Amino acid sequence: MNGNGEARERWVRSGDVELCVAEYGMEGKEEDARRPTVVLVHGYPDSKEVWSSVAERLADRFHVVLYDVRGHGRSSAPRPLRGGFRLEKLTDDFLAVADAVSPDRPVHLVGHDWGSVQGWEFATAKRTEGRIVSFTSVSGPSLDHFGHWIKHRMRHPTPRRVAQLLGQGARSWYVYALHTPVLPELAWRGALGRQWPRMLARVEKLPPGEYPTPSLPQDAAHGAWLYRDNVRERLAHPRADAYAHAPVQLITPSGDPFLSERLYDDLDRWAPGLRRRTVPAKHWLPRTRPGQLAEWITEFVTATEDAGGGTTSPAKGLTGDCGPFAERFGGQLVLVTGAGSGIGRATAFAFAEAGARIVAVDRDAETASRTAELARLLGAPGAWAETVDVSDEQAMEKLAEKVRTEHGVVDVLVNNAGIGLSGTFLDTSPEEWRRVLDVNLWGVIHGCRLFARQMVDRGQGGHIVNTASAAAYLPSRALPAYSTSKAAVLMLSECLRAELAEHGIGVTAVCPGFVNTNITATARFAGVTEKEQERLRSKSSRLYRIRNYPPEKVAGALLHGVLRNAAVVPVTPEARGARLLARLSPRALRAMARLDPPL
Amino acid sequence: MSGVRGVQPDALDGFRDVQRLAYACAEAVAAQLRPGMTERDAARAMREWAVERGVRDWFHLPFAWFGDRTAFVGFKIPTQFFPTHRRLEAGMPFILDLAPIHRGFTADIGYSGCLGPNPVHDRLLADLRDHRDLILREVRERRSLQRIYEDVDRLMARQGYTNRHRAYPFGVIAHKVDRVKEHRWSPHIAGFGTQSLRGLAKDALHGHREGWSPLWSPYRMSDHPPQPGLWAVEPHLGFRGTGAKFEEILVVTEDDAFWLDDELPHVKRWQETDKGAAA
Repeated sequence: MNGNGEARERWVRSGDVELCVAEYGMEGKEEDARRPTVVLVHGYPDSKEVWSSVAERLADRFHVVLYDVRGHGRSSAPRPLRGGFRLEKLTDDFLAVADAVSPDRPVHLVGHDWGSVQGWEFATAKRTEGRIVSFTSVSGPSLDHFGHWIKHRMRHPTPRRVAQLLGQGARSWYVYALHTPVLPELAWRGALGRQWPRMLARVEKLPPGEYPTPSLPQDAAHGAWLYRDNVRERLAHPRADAYAHAPVQLITPSGDPFLSERLYDDLDRWAPGLRRRTVPAKHWLPRTRPGQLAEWITEFVTATEDAGGGTTSPAKGLTGDCGPFAERFGGQLVLVTGAGSGIGRATAFAFAEAGARIVAVDRDAETASRTAELARLLGAPGAWAETVDVSDEQAMEKLAEKVRTEHGVVDVLVNNAGIGLSGTFLDTSPEEWRRVLDVNLWGVIHGCRLFARQMVDRGQGGHIVNTASAAAYLPSRALPAYSTSKAAVLMLSECLRAELAEHGIGVTAVCPGFVNTNITATARFAGVTEKEQERLRSKSSRLYRIRNYPPEKVAGALLHGVLRNAAVVPVTPEARGARLLARLSPRALRAMARLDPPL
Repeated sequence: MSGVRGVQPDALDGFRDVQRLAYACAEAVAAQLRPGMTERDAARAMREWAVERGVRDWFHLPFAWFGDRTAFVGFKIPTQFFPTHRRLEAGMPFILDLAPIHRGFTADIGYSGCLGPNPVHDRLLADLRDHRDLILREVRERRSLQRIYEDVDRLMARQGYTNRHRAYPFGVIAHKVDRVKEHRWSPHIAGFGTQSLRGLAKDALHGHREGWSPLWSPYRMSDHPPQPGLWAVEPHLGFRGTGAKFEEILVVTEDDAFWLDDELPHVKRWQETDKGAAA
C-alpha cells in the first residue's frame, strides 16, 4: 500500500489510563497534514487490530487512526473496573485521542459493534460537537435510540412490534449472559477464550490472518464491564436529546446474528439525512468485507469533505433518497452481458439507478455504448461499454482480465446474453444446436468460471445472476434447443449456488416468460425458408408485443432476487404458473408441450 | 400544395396560426411554472390563457403531467391522464399538452420541459429529433402506417427508451385533425370536444368503408398507406420515470408530406444545438 501499510504507535493519556494509538498514512510529508483524519473504533471482544485490513486500504488517502479502547489490547484498564467503562469516560478517551492526532481539525469517526455504540454517544453528546465531521456506524446501535425503540414497542404493542421485540430479545442472549458476575471472566480466560478464534473463523468465515490477537481473553474479560456499566442504565433511561450533530452513514449487515435490521427503522428521526447501506454478510464486517467498508467510508468521507464538512444539516449528495436497491448496490461494480437490448439493458439501467458502476457487455458495440451512456445519465458513478461475444472463450478471458485491472473485482455478475432458436428437433441442424449452446450455455459458463474465480480469490462475497427462462422447466415441441440450453443454465445455477455458498457468493437464476424484447426479432426458426423466417419473426414479435410484458419489470424482479438471494426467480404470471404446474401436475405440462405454437 | 383533400391550401395558414398559438400558450405557462404548482394549476393556466385569446372550443382540454407522470408510470385507467394535484419540484420534467380550436382550425400540441437542469430529459428531447425525421421520411415513402409505427418502436428500443404513446387511447402515435364548425355552445365529454369527436367518428366511418383509420395505431386498422389530410403526430418517449414528447401537425398529400411548421420550440432548440456544435 505505497508504504502506508506501516502503522506508527504512540501513547495518549486520558485520566488514569494510557491508550495505545496507531496511525497509518502519515509519513511527515507536507500534503499529509491536509488529509482528513479517520478514527476507527473497535468493538467487543476485539482490539484495534480488527480494523487493520480496512486501515491499510484507507491509508492511501487518509490519515487513519486506530486505538485500543481502555482495558483492551495494549491500553491500560481503569481501576477499579466497575464504573470505569461508562460512556462518559469513553467519550473522554475519544476526545483525548482526537486532540492528540488532529488538534486543529475535526475527525471522521467510524465504529464497529461497541465502537459504534460509543460512536453514537460521541456523535450525539453535546461536548463532542464540532470535533466530529462524519460518523459511519457499523453493527452497533445507540443505547439511547435502542432504549426508545424498546419503549415505543412496549407502549404501543402490535403483533409486528411484539415480534420485533422478541426477535431482538432472542438475539441479545449474550448481553444477559455478560451481566452475570465473574462467570463470563472465567469462561473467557478459560475454554471460551481458547476456542473463540476457531469458532469465529468457522461461523463468520473469517479469512485467515493474525486476528484475533493473543490479548483476546483479557479484552473480553474487561469488556464485559462495557455492558454492565452502561446497558441497563441507558436502556431504562434513554437520553431524550440523542440527536446526531454530524452526518451519519449506517452500514447494516443483513445476516447479523446479534442485531436485528429492524433496530434502525426509526433512525431517521435521530439522524436527519441518514445514508443507509446494506451488505449481505454477518457481524464482523471489518474482517469479512474490508474492501466494501473501505469504499463506503472513502465515499462518505470524501462527500462530507466536499460538502464543507461539519454541518449538521445533511449536505447535498450525502443523503440518498435511497430505497433498498441503492442501499445495497450503491457504488458496487455490476457487469451485465447482453446489455445492448432487452432485459440486459433494462437490468443495467436498474443497477445504474441504484448508483452501481456498470460494465455493459454486448456483441454490438453501438448499443453497448448507448447503454453505458444512458446508465451514466441515470446516475451510475461510472459506466463502460465492452464489445464481446460471450461464446468466445478467449475474448471473455480478456474481458475478465481487463475489468479486473481497470475497475476491480465484479460485485454482481449478470449473465444475460442469449439468443432464440425455434423449430422442432428434427428440423434443427447441428450447426444451429452449436450456436445456441455456445451463446446460451457456454456464454454463461465462461462468465461464471472467470468472474466467480475472481470473487472467490477476493474473498469478499458477490452475486451471480444467470438469465435462464421459463422454457427451462416448460417442455415444448417448438423450442427443444432453446429449452435445453436454458434448462442447463438453470441447473448450472443451482449447482453453482451450492458450491459458492461457503464463499458468501449468491447465485440466482431468473426465469422470464414472454417478455417484449428483440429476442423474437433476432431468433432463428429452424427448417424454414428465408421468407418464412421473416414472417415467423414478425409474427412472433407481434404476439410478444401484444403480450407486452416490459423488460423493466424483469430487471426489477432480478434486483429484488439479488437483494434476497433467491435461488430461482420466475418472472411473468405464465412463468410462475408453469413452475407451479411443473410441480403439481407435470403431466399437464407434457400434454401442453405437444401443442403447436400459434404462429 | 395541391391535393390536400378536405383542406384548402390557404386553410393551412389557419392551422399554422392555431398551432403557433397553442405552442405560445404552452411556452407562456411553462415560463410561469414554479415549484409547488400542481398539474391542475398548469392546466387551468393554459385554459385561461387560450380563452383570453379567443379559443372557444377544444379538441381536448389541456393536460399537464409532472414528474414520473410524464412517462405514465403506473397508468392503468384513462382517468389517470387528467391533471392531478401532483406538485412540481426542482429538476422535475413536465409535459403540457393542449388542443385548442381557433376560428374553426384545430391544433394539438405537446410541449416537454423540465424545471431546472435534468440531463436525462435533455437527452430524451435531443433523441426525439430522429423520430421526427424518421416519420417524415417513411410517410414520404408511403409506407403502411402500421409499419411506420413499428419502425418508430424499433428506433425507440434501439435508443433504449420505451414507447409511451402506446398508453394513449387506442395506442395511437397520431390522429387526424380537421376543421370544426364553430358553435355557440361547445360541450365536451371526458375532456374531448364533442364537435371534434363527431369529426373523428365521421372519419372513422368513412375510413372503415374505404379501408383506412383516422387513428394511427399499432393495429391492423392502420395497415394502409398514409391517408391525405392533417395528422397530429405525437411520439412519446419514456425512460424510467422521465417522459418526453412533441406533438405537431404533419400535412399528408396524395404524393408527399411535410411538417406544417418548423418554427416550433423543439425544432428551434435542435437547430440551436446544431449551430452550437458548428461554432
